[in-house]
Amino acid sequence: MSNILIPTLVFSIMSAIFALLLTIADKTVNNYGEVKVTINEDKEYVVKGGSSLLSTLIEEKVFIPSACGGKGTCGYCKVKVKEGGGPVLATEMTHLTKEDLENNVRLSCQCKLKQDVKIEIPEDLFNVREYYAVVESITDLTDVIKMLRFKLPEDAEMNFKPGQYVQLKAPIYEGNDEEVYRAYSIASSPSMKGYIDLVIGYVPQGIATTYVHRHLKVGDEVSLNGPYGDFYYHDNDREMIMVATGTGVAPILSILNYMKEHDIKRKARFYFGAKTTKDLFMLDYFKELEETLYDFKFIPTLSRVSDDDDWDGERGRVNKAIDKLLQDGENKEAYLCGNAAMIESVVKSLTAKGVPEELIYYDKF
Amino acid sequence: MIELNPLIIFIAAIFTNNMIFSNFLGMCSYIAVSKEIPTSLGLGQAVTFVLACTSIINYFIYYYILVPLNLEFLRFIIFIISIAAFVQLLEMILERYIPNLYYALGIFLPLITVNCAILGVSLFMIIRNYTFFQSFAFSVGSGLGWTLAIVALAGIRQKIKINSVPKGLQGPGIALITTGLMALAFIGFSGIVQIQ
Repeated sequence: MSNILIPTLVFSIMSAIFALLLTIADKTVNNYGEVKVTINEDKEYVVKGGSSLLSTLIEEKVFIPSACGGKGTCGYCKVKVKEGGGPVLATEMTHLTKEDLENNVRLSCQCKLKQDVKIEIPEDLFNVREYYAVVESITDLTDVIKMLRFKLPEDAEMNFKPGQYVQLKAPIYEGNDEEVYRAYSIASSPSMKGYIDLVIGYVPQGIATTYVHRHLKVGDEVSLNGPYGDFYYHDNDREMIMVATGTGVAPILSILNYMKEHDIKRKARFYFGAKTTKDLFMLDYFKELEETLYDFKFIPTLSRVSDDDDWDGERGRVNKAIDKLLQDGENKEAYLCGNAAMIESVVKSLTAKGVPEELIYYDKF
Repeated sequence: MIELNPLIIFIAAIFTNNMIFSNFLGMCSYIAVSKEIPTSLGLGQAVTFVLACTSIINYFIYYYILVPLNLEFLRFIIFIISIAAFVQLLEMILERYIPNLYYALGIFLPLITVNCAILGVSLFMIIRNYTFFQSFAFSVGSGLGWTLAIVALAGIRQKIKINSVPKGLQGPGIALITTGLMALAFIGFSGIVQIQ
């Protein structure tokens, strides 16, 4: 009996001693007292030091985008630390560019709060909140793309610019053992209070898209946070060229809805690129917008139609349609959303026509 | 107990009984962090320091707690937790009081917690019945030997980087082959002293 008891006891006591030592050290050595975080020179937060800047900010309800949860692998949680950040760690180096280093940009998940710090974040991030939303409806747009309408809580309101995105949390479900956040552009207009629409395509093996397409049902509650993003509608009177493929239609839809509601009198052209007719969606709605908007033309373009198919729209990849239909780039700005290959080729076509690069806004995924 | 001058053990631990080249211990961080000389030097120093401290701690735990209680077989698990706890503690203390050292060495400490060279040294000193001073000399020597090995490999890998290596051998593959050749070269030292 004592053969078992004594070793167990000795082992437990020694583990307890080590645990106690570590706890004491955590309370004393690792206790940095209260530190002051100054954000953008005007907002001050007095918080407990000792943990990472990212987790402290999230506790104070300042949402910095982060996809990996503070492991230093995604590189999304960059903030400008003007004072008190300490030297850059080797763990951050892979994510920081030369420009970042010059501007004191750090990964907030690797930056430990040990003294008063001064940081700078985009003002928009103060707008970011976490929302628990309920799935109101799910509509199939194509075989692999669904539109989901989420009902926000009664007292919540999301103030976003048309074109911005939210992050949707995919929880742990059968076949997936980690929580992940994935970004989806908002398709509805900001004026539709209480609800937001997301357009989500199915990606084979995708953690979040599998969750949305296979598991999510009407009435389920999900966690969203946002809005984020520097891809949004710019108010001026230039002609707008909009280009989207697949689920990239979502932010364009938000911009168009916004223009319709505010009766904005701007010339706009929307090129919707797809492979076959099966991949196009909401055609009737866009046709209807041609009537209701001030000067709007909808130009669907198919890249995989044979000559015998009954299709009277444009043929070929979407940059071909721009090469053909766009006269010149003068006094025009462009909004692109879709995959990287499409964006690259369209940017090339647009700059060749004379659209200045700084007036081409895009959201790559 | 064997009668060996601690100084002899110290030299033997660096050259003839090198942790990497004759025992093949601590290989994971040896391969992973040996891409540049400054970082590998930092890791080597951290390993040496932790080795020296943990061997002292484990020496006392073993001879003053486990041996009197006849619980020698618990040494494996006790050594592991004592090393892990010490490294954690060291990281916190360095970060608070010696930040410069922390930024140079401290960030490698989590890598060391599970470095088998550390546990290996603590176990060797028990198996070989070293006295306290012999143990200390052995642990510091092993740490320096490990540092020598990783810095040498980092130097070679910096040269390899500018040469064309067959695709299948790039990275760890060529590093392991290089390590094998270096180990062969270290056999040349074996005539100096032998401890076992």
